[in-house]
Amino acid sequence: MNVLTCVKRVPMTGGTIVLTEDEQAIETRHLGFTISPHEECGVEEAVRLVEAHGGESVVLTLGPAEAEEQLRDCMAIGADRAIHLVTDGEEWDPQATAAAVVDAIRADGTAYALILFGNESADAGNYQVAIRVAHALGLPVVSGIKGIGVSDGQLRCERESGGGRDVYELPLPAVVSVLEGLNLPRYPSVPGRMRAKSKPVAASIPSRPESRLERKRLVVPAGQGKQAEILGQGADAAPRVVEILQQIGVL
Amino acid sequence: MTPSTRKVLVVIEHADGAPTEPSLQALTFARPLAAGEPLHALAVGLAPRGLGDHGVGTLHLAEHEAFGSYAPAAVARSVVETIQRLTPSAVIAAGSELGNEVMAHVAAMLDLPLAANCVSATGADVTRIRWGGSLLEEATVHADTVLLTVQPHTVAVETTTAEEPAGELFTPELSAADLAVRVTGRVEAATGGVSLADAKVVVSAGRGAGSAEGFGIIEELAGLLGGAVGCSRAVTMAGWRPHTDQVGQTGTKIAPEIYIASGISGATQHMAGCKGAKKILAINTDPDAPIFASADYGVIGDLREVVPAISAEIRRVKGL
Ligand SMILES: Cc1cc2nc3c(=O)[nH]c(=O)nc-3n(C[C@H](O)[C@H](O)[C@H](O)COP(=O)(O)OP(=O)(O)OC[C@H]3O[C@@H](n4cnc5c(N)ncnc54)[C@H](O)[C@@H]3O)c2cc1C
Ligand SMILES: Nc1ncnc2c1ncn2[C@@H]1O[C@H](COP(=O)(O)O)[C@@H](O)[C@H]1O
Repeated sequence: MNVLTCVKRVPMTGGTIVLTEDEQAIETRHLGFTISPHEECGVEEAVRLVEAHGGESVVLTLGPAEAEEQLRDCMAIGADRAIHLVTDGEEWDPQATAAAVVDAIRADGTAYALILFGNESADAGNYQVAIRVAHALGLPVVSGIKGIGVSDGQLRCERESGGGRDVYELPLPAVVSVLEGLNLPRYPSVPGRMRAKSKPVAASIPSRPESRLERKRLVVPAGQGKQAEILGQGADAAPRVVEILQQIGVL
Repeated sequence: MTPSTRKVLVVIEHADGAPTEPSLQALTFARPLAAGEPLHALAVGLAPRGLGDHGVGTLHLAEHEAFGSYAPAAVARSVVETIQRLTPSAVIAAGSELGNEVMAHVAAMLDLPLAANCVSATGADVTRIRWGGSLLEEATVHADTVLLTVQPHTVAVETTTAEEPAGELFTPELSAADLAVRVTGRVEAATGGVSLADAKVVVSAGRGAGSAEGFGIIEELAGLLGGAVGCSRAVTMAGWRPHTDQVGQTGTKIAPEIYIASGISGATQHMAGCKGAKKILAINTDPDAPIFASADYGVIGDLREVVPAISAEIRRVKGL
């Protein structure tokens, strides 16, 4: 079975978020980049499914030229090839993103049994690209999935709900959006990294439509930067901690 | 379709007729957008109770034998039919997992933009969260009918005095595709222990715990406080704890009376999961760790000394 996974390059912000002067983006000069943990689990699942059932595992991103780094990371843990829709670095709104993904899937021509997404992108969190792609392709879609099983062309998915898990059964091909916890992604091995360097990346430049969800400005929410009351150093702080626990009423 | 400027439709999620708290928050959020006009609400299956107190004038109730189990596209189809009948200026749902899912289907069916997890809105101008709430985005929705969801727990529910809403029953026309995906089974979890999301006390450790065995002292303190054990993503990635213990943007969102976070640096993605905590106590060897800038209390020190000392002190005061 062929499996496509869609991933998005995002900055690895640390303890605080700093914006660029024009408030249009996160200041990323000193930051590394990654993809959402949900998407990492998607890539790992795709690789496992292809290991078990044969076929090809492909990763796709819409992002700047630098996003090739994330595609190589995915190929380092076992994806076979990549599709890169190269942008000028501006974020596309979710409708435009979904349309570009759909065009790319059609142009690629591969019959994908499964198209995997993160439940939500790490940065924008629009909760919709997967569902839009499914509707455009006329495929069934399930969201928020933490368990995937495939047998005899049938898909069985599990989603956490109310202390247990709901089960969905659907035919392939299908679209699934996944959550971290689906699996524990492997670390890329050194040979994996070496092999990834020579795996194929098909790059093309899509044209960007007008945003219908138009971002105007980013704002760092108020309330950051309070300073903790230091109760003490080391084990000597324990009596003060216990006083606080008694005050709060949890002891 | 040209929408009426004041008609606002709110999609209500409910458990056997009891509206969820985030749905009531969505109703409070929606009222200013309706500029004083009674709200339209939509529910499937059973009529949710008490909506009149939340400003609902008309309840559109979709009935269909298919609503016995959750089928996201079928719920969305009911919303789409109601939108086509009413031509509202805005359609609002809770920004819960299911609310966002249903609204994404609605947006896809109508090819309209959708702004998820908004914290405020004036007409088509919205403020929504990014990075699980660590960052906000001001945006404009370019559409005659504005679709949005409301970030849970950012609006306090306010009631208003009103009549019982008028009921409008309808049976949506559902296609095979609308019904193709639905809940067909259930796996119950083995119960036991305090659930992380509901725990009154959460005791967590991060990379500073050093190993899976390093969580022994964390479990001990959590046990003494009747709390749950949590951890950071560094810990789940190392395989020391299962992902179900992870607190954060891509883990569990917690809301305890106190969150005790030891050996955790305080990355924004971790802190996105504990915004609901009433108090945070951070224990860290590094006095400059970012977590001290979002904590209420701090202890500077090695968690391997501080945590057992707290447990010992609790035993002492409790006479254990
Ligand atoms: C899109 C995205 C989503 C993410 N989602 C999550 C999420 O849901 N949850 C999450 O936790 N992370 C998440 N992360 C990862 C996050 O960015 C951090 O990498 C992670 O939280 C770091 O974990 P940590 O604090 O345990 O480790 P570190 O950052 O390595 O910090 C360890 C801390 O322990 C202290 N320390 C070391 N030894 C001791 C000791 N003996 N006693 C006391 N203190 C000690 C150190 O001073 C340091 O402050 C996400 C990242 C991305 C990009
Ligand atoms: N720029 C992008 N490139 C590739 N996939 C994307 C992109 N943006 C979003 N996606 C996919 O769609 C999922 C949901 O994104 P969103 O609707 O923005 O929350 C993500 O987890 C990715 O799998």
